[in-house]
Amino acid sequence: MSGIEIKNLHKRWATFDAVRDVSFTVAPGTLTVLLGPSGCGKSTTLRLIAGLDAATSGQILIGGRDVTTAPPARRGLAMVFQNYALFPHLSVAENILFGLKVRRVPAAERTRRLRKAADILGLGALLERKPSQLSGGQQQRVALGRAIVAEAPICLMDEPLSNLDAQLRHEMRKEIRSIQQSLNMTMVYVTHDQIEAMSLADQVILMRGGSIEQKAAPVDLYLKPATSFAARFIGTPPMNLIALANGKGGAIVKGSQGPALVEGSGDGLLLGLRPEEIRIEREGIVPATIRSIEYHGADSILECAVGDQLLLVRVEGIRRHTVGDTVRLGWLPEAMHIFDEAQSQRVERKVLVRQAEPALRVAT
Amino acid sequence: MTGAKNQITAWLLLLPAVVLLAAFTHVPAVMTFINSFYSTPRGTRPAKFKGVDQYANMLADPVFLAALKNNAIYAIGTVPAAIGLSLLMALIVNSSIRGKSLLRMSFFLPTVLPMIAVANIWLFFYTPGYGLIDRVLAPFGFAETNWLGDPSTALGSLMVLAVWKEAGFFMIFYLAALQQISPSLSEAASLEGASRWYFFRRVTFPLLMPTTLFVLINAIINSFRLIDHVIVLTRGGPDNASTLLLYYIYQTGFRFWDTGYAAALTMVLLALLAALAFIQFGVLDRKVHYK
Repeated sequence: MSGIEIKNLHKRWATFDAVRDVSFTVAPGTLTVLLGPSGCGKSTTLRLIAGLDAATSGQILIGGRDVTTAPPARRGLAMVFQNYALFPHLSVAENILFGLKVRRVPAAERTRRLRKAADILGLGALLERKPSQLSGGQQQRVALGRAIVAEAPICLMDEPLSNLDAQLRHEMRKEIRSIQQSLNMTMVYVTHDQIEAMSLADQVILMRGGSIEQKAAPVDLYLKPATSFAARFIGTPPMNLIALANGKGGAIVKGSQGPALVEGSGDGLLLGLRPEEIRIEREGIVPATIRSIEYHGADSILECAVGDQLLLVRVEGIRRHTVGDTVRLGWLPEAMHIFDEAQSQRVERKVLVRQAEPALRVAT
Repeated sequence: MTGAKNQITAWLLLLPAVVLLAAFTHVPAVMTFINSFYSTPRGTRPAKFKGVDQYANMLADPVFLAALKNNAIYAIGTVPAAIGLSLLMALIVNSSIRGKSLLRMSFFLPTVLPMIAVANIWLFFYTPGYGLIDRVLAPFGFAETNWLGDPSTALGSLMVLAVWKEAGFFMIFYLAALQQISPSLSEAASLEGASRWYFFRRVTFPLLMPTTLFVLINAIINSFRLIDHVIVLTRGGPDNASTLLLYYIYQTGFRFWDTGYAAALTMVLLALLAALAFIQFGVLDRKVHYK
């Protein structure tokens, strides 16, 4: 088992910096997800780790060994590509065994590993087929099979599920996680899908514009986003970020009559509130007007106006609200996240919202 | 009603192509086939039915046999060389080397030039004494060579020119096919530690097989079809050392005006090409992976 250590990694293409000063550590046997919108440098980072592109500066250590300039084959890793990179003229079995033949693994050992991978992935009946005769999900399994038989300590995955439909993506997600855990692989997984990241990862590295925005466990990323970008990126629907303004006795929601929510001045600050943390309460903190209602089945998303700011509120089941209703919105003090708008960084400010009485919370 | 109308429209739209094809391809082919069983009409003597006599004569015709042998040597010599060279050139210009557009253009240039022009350029290359080749070889102690005038080098000289002319054209097909191959395949192979040669042998070349088959058939047809350079450079000489089948047909038909015999020779050429194409499709097609 070996971990990965990335130190001040930098990749400069002719005109722009794709990866800027990225450093992180992947502990042995854990799964790290590189998450971010397209063009954030996550795939480039993965390709640098794989050795498919050369780093401009910085260091890559795998299992404590400096592999920054080592060829891909000498890094002890397997990789699953977004388009699977299956050889179209070779059968499933030949595709899976391609690398072992290159490495001159003895035939008996090849058969053993092939059988094991086919068992894990349920490919037994498909070994003689060509990739073109397989469904997208089956092709994905073959690509995984290739990574499994390599028995490399490290597995890299470049958006492996992005070509699958939603149902299949969910199944494969669980499967990848269970394979990673049962084979004790160290895995780096690239995706732009925050749900994939949250459900798979031991550690999420959120990237933007080539730099790391935040690296944290999924729980911490959700509970304590370090920047307003991280706050907006995680959650469905994402966190509301509403502008605050100076008011009487503290910061108020911009355009509202109060009350003061945060101590001190409010100009230039953003208040972050997750839609699922906001409740409609008789004794709520701020008055709001319902602008629109989106019904989702198990819950509904209400768009509410507070002052001149809009925020989304998730309510469970069917509530008897209509557009135009005036309601009061309440939330727990710890649900509030304050960000500096210009710096986009999280700031700690004293919150003036009282902890609601237990009785009142039950009443909602 | 509309069905009948559609039919008429369809046939009207096809008409120009059908007329052209029939007038210049199908009817002449059938006429040639029929003519090959008749003697050549001359002046007051009309054509007479002679059965397979024309075909039987071929077996005793030393020029025909020489042309057949020359053409076989020509095809076996030029086709693999042109294909190999074109694949090599395609691999070179498909890699990320500097100045690859310039290379692409220079590799493709011979294809753009008319064969007659190309042959005239090479006529200068081959000129004994002051031609390019002799000038280059002279400092190394080589004697003056009459490349096109010597029976032992005439056919070889034509073949070198043909390879040079054809390879650039086939390169385009290989280049197009190479660009269809996803770069992630070679990345996946490099992660496994496959050498470039191993990857070429196990992945690139098999994936190029449909192109190779297509190019092979075209190359073989061209080796029987293109004789412009023969006319410019050697006129089949010396002593029929560089006579190719089609050139012999041209000579028989339009120099000696023995059109009956020329028709029979043409049928042999057609049968030969058809047989070669069928063999290639039949044997190779099963081994080719199509996407």
